[in-house]
Amino acid sequence: MPELQSGELLRAEHLTRHFKIGGALARATLHAVDDVNFAIGQREIVALAGESGSGKSTIARLLARVYKPTAGKIAYEGRPLSSIRSRGDRLRYSGQVPMVFQDPFASMNPVFRVSHGVMRNLKLHRPELSAKQRDDEAARVFEVVGLGADMLQRYPYELSGGQRQRVGFAQALVTRPKLILADEPVSMLDVSIRIGLLNLMAKLRDEEGVSILYITHDIASARYVADRLIVMYAGQIAESGPIEEVLSAPRHPYTQLLLSAVPDPRAPLNVEAETDRGEPPKVIDPTPGCRFRWRCPLAIEVCEHVDPVLEDLAGGPGGAPPGSGKQSHAAACHVAQSGAEVKAFSA
Amino acid sequence: MSNPPVPERVLGVSGLSVEYVLDRGSVRAVDDVSFAVGNGEFLGIVGESGCGKSTLLFAIAHLLAPPALVTAGSVSFAGMNLVTMTDKQLSAIRWRDVSVVMQSAMNALNPVKSIGAQFADVLRAHGKPSRADIRSRSAEVLRMVGIDPAHLRSYPHQLSGGMRQRAMIAMAMLFTPELVIMDEPTSALDVVAQRSLMVQIKELQEQYGFAVIFVTHDMSLVSHFSDRLMVMYAGQVSELGPTRAVFDAPRHPYTQGLLEAFPSIRGPRVPLKGIPGSPPNLAVIPNGCRFHPRCPQVMDRCKEQVPELYDVNGTLVRCLLYDDRPVRTGAAEARTAEKATADKSVADA
Ligand SMILES: Nc1ncnc2c1ncn2[C@@H]1O[C@H](COP(=O)(O)OP(=O)(O)OP(=O)(O)O)[C@@H](O)[C@H]1O
Ligand SMILES: Nc1ncnc2c1ncn2[C@@H]1O[C@H](COP(=O)(O)OP(=O)(O)OP(=O)(O)O)[C@@H](O)[C@H]1O
Ligand code: SF4
Ligand code: SF4
Ligand SMILES: [Mg+2]
Ligand SMILES: [Mg+2]
Repeated sequence: MPELQSGELLRAEHLTRHFKIGGALARATLHAVDDVNFAIGQREIVALAGESGSGKSTIARLLARVYKPTAGKIAYEGRPLSSIRSRGDRLRYSGQVPMVFQDPFASMNPVFRVSHGVMRNLKLHRPELSAKQRDDEAARVFEVVGLGADMLQRYPYELSGGQRQRVGFAQALVTRPKLILADEPVSMLDVSIRIGLLNLMAKLRDEEGVSILYITHDIASARYVADRLIVMYAGQIAESGPIEEVLSAPRHPYTQLLLSAVPDPRAPLNVEAETDRGEPPKVIDPTPGCRFRWRCPLAIEVCEHVDPVLEDLAGGPGGAPPGSGKQSHAAACHVAQSGAEVKAFSA
Repeated sequence: MSNPPVPERVLGVSGLSVEYVLDRGSVRAVDDVSFAVGNGEFLGIVGESGCGKSTLLFAIAHLLAPPALVTAGSVSFAGMNLVTMTDKQLSAIRWRDVSVVMQSAMNALNPVKSIGAQFADVLRAHGKPSRADIRSRSAEVLRMVGIDPAHLRSYPHQLSGGMRQRAMIAMAMLFTPELVIMDEPTSALDVVAQRSLMVQIKELQEQYGFAVIFVTHDMSLVSHFSDRLMVMYAGQVSELGPTRAVFDAPRHPYTQGLLEAFPSIRGPRVPLKGIPGSPPNLAVIPNGCRFHPRCPQVMDRCKEQVPELYDVNGTLVRCLLYDDRPVRTGAAEARTAEKATADKSVADA
């Protein structure tokens, strides 16, 4: 059973999720998430970034109990999720750990007004509120996410993409969450509204102690709110650590590629890594060895047949002993772990 | 090298207005929008969430459904008025001549058909390709967008958010259309995949000469890939000009705010500042300039006087700070747009 360290809220150990794909004849196994280990602290915003299709949403869905793990364990406040069985337990968990789904077009029922989801959550998770208090609370969270209270009476198809996305966030806010699983909650918002939502996330953490798993492709804005960054590639964690440290000294070649591609509207397009053609990652029946090796300019022989595991890079006395509360900087790369300088792609 | 000929325009939008007609009153989500897109041109559209970008694209592609109604204006594509076209005429050109990548890939894809089957449907709608042709073309476009062709057998729910978006883009590239309309097509993609995809779209565009209309919230995408940039605010065009000119000297205070708000991963962490105030409610539009309640440069007259589009060295700006410049509207605006494209190609040559 995963043991919680002090200050931790949630811990995932050897978390794995496979999917069977293809017809009955051509059965193959897609390794969406493979042996992933991480923890989310109390009062912590963890940004989860990485390649499209690398398993970020699958992780959020596993944590939200939408999917069951193929292997591995998740513990929330010291209790394994697998022990959640009664209706009361399920309700309590979904209220404390709500999920904001990535696609607001697919996750809203078109027959109900948008107030429906918010009101339903309020009734389920805060039964002590009167009808009037529920109305007030619904109006309040809508204002908080930058939607007028009049939007509550609309149907989902009467809203723009970014408006729907904020309805999804508002729904998660009304349950008094402890950990929000936010799957790309700002991807359809313009910078200005996006900043408003990011500031809201920081305020929830600072004033109400809420933790957030913030899945995003917008690393530049994650930098402004997140404490820690986890970078995924092909179902595995490539690198993790305090966000400023990872951004200023990325050690995994994929992280370096990712950061080199973060665009800056004021600077010319960085085409240095242009030879990188976004080769599809091999997560369908993968063979051993580093899954980034086909794109990695630093690949050495061992990368061809040995899976790199996520290890703390500092090693010696600088390294963070588990449970010390200090966040370690870790990467799953043979070259980085050998202590050699990693310079695969530069920003 | 001699001057290239003035590019022919592939799309002309003139005085287009779209309303959502509702019991509680109508909402005009697109208000008197005019612009033109030249052959092989890449037009970027940015603007606040809810300002009418998707509605505009739906109107252009003739995909609006009630209660949305085109209340004025026309959309001409290759000499035809799209607004008055019948469904039959439209299906003859959809995907082959005009393809659309919608904001929600999940809405656009059929949930009960595999990706491969949907590609096949599109290919069969315009010809009689053999099964082998269908398979090879489908695999080709899927690989182009960085997806393992094994996923041709996958259903939309078996793909990640970014993979669904890329599948939509791949579908738009099954033929080589003359116009590709894309509504935030890369919002679910990591920046590496996004960059490689954009570079490929650009290359294809150069090779086949199709025009692109591209809506995004990502200022760096338009900065790097668009020829011309249109900024929308509250259903209207607030600034329209060559991308470089708009980035180098943004004129409209809203555009200025948009560009300043952009966070960076480099340099010190400075507090993020958005544009103050909240987006306008399209049902209750402010008097005068629609941006005046939020504008840092607001003047007294902005509260009553409605700004037109003024021509500031070839960039159109809807702001009274420039009302000493000539007014441009409707067809004139479309012509200016064509001229801007021509100037650009002259400058490049
Ligand atoms: N229900 C499912 N059945 C089969 N395969 C699935 C299913 N859900 C996800 N996958 C596969 O798992 C992999 C990871 O998908 P996931 O949605 O977790 O990616 P992601 O990191 O969230 O990507 P994006 O950034 O594009 O949203 C993908 O290859 C996807 O095709
Ligand atoms: N069916 C509808 N009925 C009423 N109002 C609608 C309807 N559809 C959209 N609207 C409103 O019209 C306005 C424009 O919507 P549109 O989807 O075009 O915005 P957008 O610019 O694409 O925004 P986003 O960037 O968030 O996708 C929004 O304020 C929206 O609330
Ligand atoms: S393990 Fe090898 S192939 Fe993988 S990222 Fe490190 S150097 Fe590259
Ligand atoms: S017209 Fe006035 S309020 Fe409107 S953008 Fe210009 S200066 Fe600001
Ligand atoms: Mg996802
Ligand atoms: Mg939209």
